[in-house]
Amino acid sequence: MALMTKTRERRPRSFYFLAAFFALFVLFLYGPMLTIFILSFQGENGGLTFPMNGFSFHWFGNLFEQQAVGDFGGSFGRSLKLGLIVMVVTVVVSFMAGLAFRKRFRGDSVVFYLALASLIVPSILISLGIGLLFNIVQWQPQWFTSALGAHLTWTFPFGLLIMFAVFNRFDPSFEEAARDLGASNWQTIQHVVLPMVGPSLIGVAMFSFTLSYDEFARTLMTAGALNTLPLEIYGMTTNVTTPVLYALGTVTTGFSFLVIALALGTVAIMRHRKGQKA
Amino acid sequence: MASDTSKRSSYFLITPMALIFAVFLVIPLLTIVVVSFWDYDEYRILPDFILENYSYLLSSSVTWSIYLNTLKYAALTWFFTLVIGFTVAYFLAFHVRSLTWQIVFFMLCTIPFWTSNIIRMISWIPFLGRNGLLNSALINLGIVDQPLEFLLFSDFAVVLADVHLYALFMVVPIFNSMMRIDRSLVEAARDAGASGFETLKSVIVPLSKPGIAIGSIFVITVVMGDFITVRLMSGGQSASVGLQISNEIGLLQYPAAAASAVVLLITVLLIVTALLRLVDIRKEL
Repeated sequence: MALMTKTRERRPRSFYFLAAFFALFVLFLYGPMLTIFILSFQGENGGLTFPMNGFSFHWFGNLFEQQAVGDFGGSFGRSLKLGLIVMVVTVVVSFMAGLAFRKRFRGDSVVFYLALASLIVPSILISLGIGLLFNIVQWQPQWFTSALGAHLTWTFPFGLLIMFAVFNRFDPSFEEAARDLGASNWQTIQHVVLPMVGPSLIGVAMFSFTLSYDEFARTLMTAGALNTLPLEIYGMTTNVTTPVLYALGTVTTGFSFLVIALALGTVAIMRHRKGQKA
Repeated sequence: MASDTSKRSSYFLITPMALIFAVFLVIPLLTIVVVSFWDYDEYRILPDFILENYSYLLSSSVTWSIYLNTLKYAALTWFFTLVIGFTVAYFLAFHVRSLTWQIVFFMLCTIPFWTSNIIRMISWIPFLGRNGLLNSALINLGIVDQPLEFLLFSDFAVVLADVHLYALFMVVPIFNSMMRIDRSLVEAARDAGASGFETLKSVIVPLSKPGIAIGSIFVITVVMGDFITVRLMSGGQSASVGLQISNEIGLLQYPAAAASAVVLLITVLLIVTALLRLVDIRKEL
């Protein structure tokens, strides 16, 4: 903070070195993405690498032909629905768990360590375990049962950790004030707690949606007969050798960016409104 | 009375999460342990109690070389993500002075994490391939005559993709630790005559240790269990433990896959336990 109030001191030489390093890191993160974005507009006779052989939307059109890429529309729809279900469940359940963890209760450390375990157990083990379980009890794996459960084991830990971070910094005197004024438990949560943690819940929502939407390993043995989008894309990597693969990459990445922008926009609006009220 | 109701409400609030973990984490892992002792033929798995899955797995030299290979990927990825993650976090925490820019840069690093891993791997192909951007550039500059073959479908490509995918797992926790370092400590070190490097070495690195430990846990566990990066980026020429499990699943040899899975789980847990001795995770949030 002291730095901010002082007049700006001169940047040390290390600053420029680190800034250059950071710029290279950002290039490293986004460069490859940018190449496939450009190549997805490859001309009709163009291949998987540069040079560009003209410019066309051919491969985007190709995306919607069944024989070219399998079931893109269907798998996209399933991933979208699954992501939304995972999102709603994760937000509600993580919020409840976050409230519970504000007090000590018997077994709290068990749940906490289960969440950590869920984060570090390799995804393929979750996939294998749920697949075997369903196999043995002879339930049919479906994207909305087994795959949903598998995805929740991945999103809950993130949701819970975010809730911990939120409630560790949460001032309980607001709730006490509400209760002193005669608010019921539910009213306190609805009118005091929820508005305060709202932006973080949007964060949890975006996290859980994107994690589910892109999840591959945990879906592998749990999706059942119908593919989700990442499974479909994975299948394509082995047998599709045209830029339609890049078109698909561009479309799904664009969709991810849309979701992120939506979430960030919502948070910004919520913050703005809160600022106006205060 | 009051504490009774509040206890009961805690249990009510935690039940959904506990149930999901029980059904989709605990029971499946127990299932794997049980099935690892089962027998199988070409068509189905047969309840039994045999040790052959383990004895076959542990006596095969292939297993050991696969573990060695996986550990190599994990170690290399860990090293590079740590160097990159620490440097980036240090820049963000100590050299970017306005909060707004800190947030903007942080988001810039984070956004790719929210996009598809498979697409991010595929996106290396036009860059690293035989006729890719890097090879064309190298040939045009006269640095090499022949396209370099090791760039794509190699160990190099696997580690590169792993670093690309998981560097963020290091940046975030280390940045988080660094933001908690009291800036007056840094100033005190400087006032006492420490150079920038000495301050880094004796103040910032020790205080960033919890973040380093958490990031390391993330990166190492995710690389140890990975199979898709290895399959896509090595072009089927290298193996990892996760890939072996996924191949056994593909061949419907579930008990063998289960035994591999149990051994992998034990390995990962040992690594994590060792790393957890360095940090109390619950304090770090």
